[in-house]
Amino acid sequence: MDDTLGTFPRRLMHHAAVRPRHAATREKDLGIWQTWSWSDVAAEVRALACGLAAQGFGPGMHLAIIGDNRPRLYWAMAAAQCLGGVAVPMYQDAPANEFVYVLNDAAIAYAIVEDQEQVDKMLEALPDVPTLAHLYYDDPRGLRNYSGVTSYEALTALGRDYDRAHPGFFDAAVAAVKPDDVSVMLYTSGTTGKPKGVRQTHAAFLAAADGSVEFDHLTPDDSVLSYLPMAWVGDHLFSYAQWMACGFTINCPESGDTVLTDLREIGPTYYFAPPRVFENLLTQLTIRMEDAGRIKRAVYRHFMAVARRCGADITAGRPVAFGDRVQYALGQLLVYGPLRNVLGMSRIRVAYTAGAAIGPDLFRFYRSIGINLKQFYGSTETCAYICMQPDGAVKLDTVGVPAPRVDVKVAPNGEVIARGPMVLKEYYKRPDATAEAIDADGWFHTGDAGFFGDDGQLRIIDRAKDVGKLTDGSLYAPNYIENKLKFFPHIKEAVAFGQGRDRVCAFVNIDMGSVGDWAERRNLAYSGYADLAAKPEVLAMVGQCVEDVNAALAADPNLAGAQVARFLVLHKELDPDDDELTRTRKVRRSFIAEKYAVLVDALYAGRKTQHIETEVKFEDGRRGVVAADLAILDAKMFPRAVHAAPAGSPPRAEKAAA
Amino acid sequence: MSEVAPVTATSRPSAPRASARTAGGVILAVDHISLAFGGVKALTDISFDVREHEIRAIIGPNGAGKSSMLNVINGVYRPQHGTITFRGVPRHDVNTHEAAAQGIARTFQNIALFKGMSVLDNIMTGRNLRMKATFVEQALWIGRARNEELANRHKVEEIIDFLEIQHIRRTPVGRLPYGLQKRVELARALAAEPVLLLLDEPMAGMNVEEKQDMCRFILDVNEQYGTTIVLIEHDMGVVMDISDRVVVLDYGKKIGDGVPADVRANQAVIDAYLGVAH
Repeated sequence: MDDTLGTFPRRLMHHAAVRPRHAATREKDLGIWQTWSWSDVAAEVRALACGLAAQGFGPGMHLAIIGDNRPRLYWAMAAAQCLGGVAVPMYQDAPANEFVYVLNDAAIAYAIVEDQEQVDKMLEALPDVPTLAHLYYDDPRGLRNYSGVTSYEALTALGRDYDRAHPGFFDAAVAAVKPDDVSVMLYTSGTTGKPKGVRQTHAAFLAAADGSVEFDHLTPDDSVLSYLPMAWVGDHLFSYAQWMACGFTINCPESGDTVLTDLREIGPTYYFAPPRVFENLLTQLTIRMEDAGRIKRAVYRHFMAVARRCGADITAGRPVAFGDRVQYALGQLLVYGPLRNVLGMSRIRVAYTAGAAIGPDLFRFYRSIGINLKQFYGSTETCAYICMQPDGAVKLDTVGVPAPRVDVKVAPNGEVIARGPMVLKEYYKRPDATAEAIDADGWFHTGDAGFFGDDGQLRIIDRAKDVGKLTDGSLYAPNYIENKLKFFPHIKEAVAFGQGRDRVCAFVNIDMGSVGDWAERRNLAYSGYADLAAKPEVLAMVGQCVEDVNAALAADPNLAGAQVARFLVLHKELDPDDDELTRTRKVRRSFIAEKYAVLVDALYAGRKTQHIETEVKFEDGRRGVVAADLAILDAKMFPRAVHAAPAGSPPRAEKAAA
Repeated sequence: MSEVAPVTATSRPSAPRASARTAGGVILAVDHISLAFGGVKALTDISFDVREHEIRAIIGPNGAGKSSMLNVINGVYRPQHGTITFRGVPRHDVNTHEAAAQGIARTFQNIALFKGMSVLDNIMTGRNLRMKATFVEQALWIGRARNEELANRHKVEEIIDFLEIQHIRRTPVGRLPYGLQKRVELARALAAEPVLLLLDEPMAGMNVEEKQDMCRFILDVNEQYGTTIVLIEHDMGVVMDISDRVVVLDYGKKIGDGVPADVRANQAVIDAYLGVAH
């Protein structure tokens, strides 16, 4: 793309001129999919931008955007950028007190939010945010008697008046935006410490978007479902930057609860989800299959075995025996095709997952039923990705080759570092953090430990600072163990401990849906989460999972020393509302270790049970206490495998130890 | 573009006034109603009124005659004495069909939905009175049937959106948990676009979270559509929070009437609820 298209507003005008009638945005409203073409979107953005300008919004200012994925909120991002401003999307499910920090850090004066729920939270935060003066909302329901807040309709009406009174203003504003201006500020999820505002320029996100559009040959005819939090870098790349870069169609679901139905109706061609979404889909599928009739179950099991044997190879275009090919073709007809249809994945050309490690079996499942699921690797600071898997070279344990326009290498200490146009400009008001993350030569330090294999693909082991050693010197990678545990459909979360200890111990969170169903089918009565988690049958079942993980660890000579020695099943679900998980649902290990210090001590002291009382926050904001006596179990461990690691599993640990 | 409010650039945003509702004139007046089943006196000489746009609660211990009162209002029972004046038209009794046609809708203490039908179809039945197409037109999908169906479906979708039940649109009602079934019943009552909505224990059997949701929906209905609401409820917290005025019944007699604070202080009400030594 040439320089005249170097900013998001110019891209928008380009699409409105080149493909005015092409669908840009769809939203399901009142049960029917509504469509806005690129010229409609350009007109809305123009009115919105002029309205904001009439209200005093200008270059360099921040516009907070809070809500579910609504077309108008995406347009608001573009409107802010047309005026040289910065879009600041925030996590919509955070409570008011979590808003306060970001609102103050970004000195927000203008905010556009989805509905009454978000307006109420903003009003709750208002006394602590002196800068906030302008509040706009999309959905007017329940807001009739609020004063000082402005509807989207009123704002755009004001904008159209302003546009008539100041002809030429909007075009001049768009022309004045430079590629090096900051376009968006995304807050890191805060796995460690307070969230930091990552400032990205138009040039950076467009470089990332153009690179990936090229890489996967995306066209304006592609279609995506926009359902991930707008504040997440992944959604910003897939639903905004690539949308603007390429000119395809984004589809906003009716509500958070209807995503699966909407997915089926839209049948996107390009799909992106973090592993937990793929995991949930598979868990639901497994539950439904187990409730199916005997014949269906047998057919499913037979053809899934065929798919496991040869499906991934067929999807990747590798040679496969004739007999298997015939069986697979039959399976397409009977199982895989219908399955993809139920999952809403019939039309998918490219699907990506990132954000956390995906279980190998999970990954293999989707590829084996013919979905071109690939992985990429990156962070908020690099506009979502720096490495991507090319078609035909997709591997389970890698995250791909360096993406177009990016240099990636492994620093002598084992840390992955990257340099390229999509590296962040800076952390907002945090020169110290910026200096720490970007070195003098412009290399961004990812904080992840990894290495390149002979095939040129990057492999990530763990967070560099998490990779540790047990007291006997065995290498211990907590994420690796947790991910192995989490792959079991019955296990929702796991937290491993072991740094500087003599053995590895773990907390396990059961998956209420999956284990509840499992218990029901065994006529196991339970009264709630805590009760179910404490059932001896459930403990035995989890124990079997831990044992399987240990067996897998034992097969890898480098990690065999870090098998899980003891574990317990937690009495409550780890929850972002209790600060145990980040908003992107990553485990905050050190916080959990502190909060449940009693349990950790009990694990290492060898006790058989431990009483614990935990304060929890309910969804309506009230607090309560959950108490339980948890049983602590020993897990079966396996001797280190005598043979070398089986082919295909790379010597993960050697590099990390180096 | 209907509601373009003036944009206030200088004033900071603020929460709504404590009570935004403005009650209008009397929409329903109940005068000296007495109802007996044989020797059992269910209601004795009850009089009260309901003003337009208000939320009016009827409370009282079990067997006080609350549901009987609602049944008299929408014509299920015929009282022996007294008159009911709805929108200025006095009458001794009505039949249920007339009551519905005049704009009175209700929900029931025990859910009365079609369990085997989807949520969407259940709510569509609430539009029944608004469909004028003949049986033949509907069967052949000709004449008025098509446009009527589209217009009614649009209204139903608005209600589905309003009550946030999009995700269960196609689910058979029998498969839904209790709290959602209650919400579907409210949706069906709303589909009739009632002037007066009678809710019989809308929150019975719900947990705290479901009750909060239901409260919000009732307040939203009242505010957005201006619907006048008469509700029976046992949860005193809810009653005191959301109603404008409260009628208290005990053994078929009215023992209190007024704003929540007055009713709370009324000695006869306290005695009825806590019991007194006779």
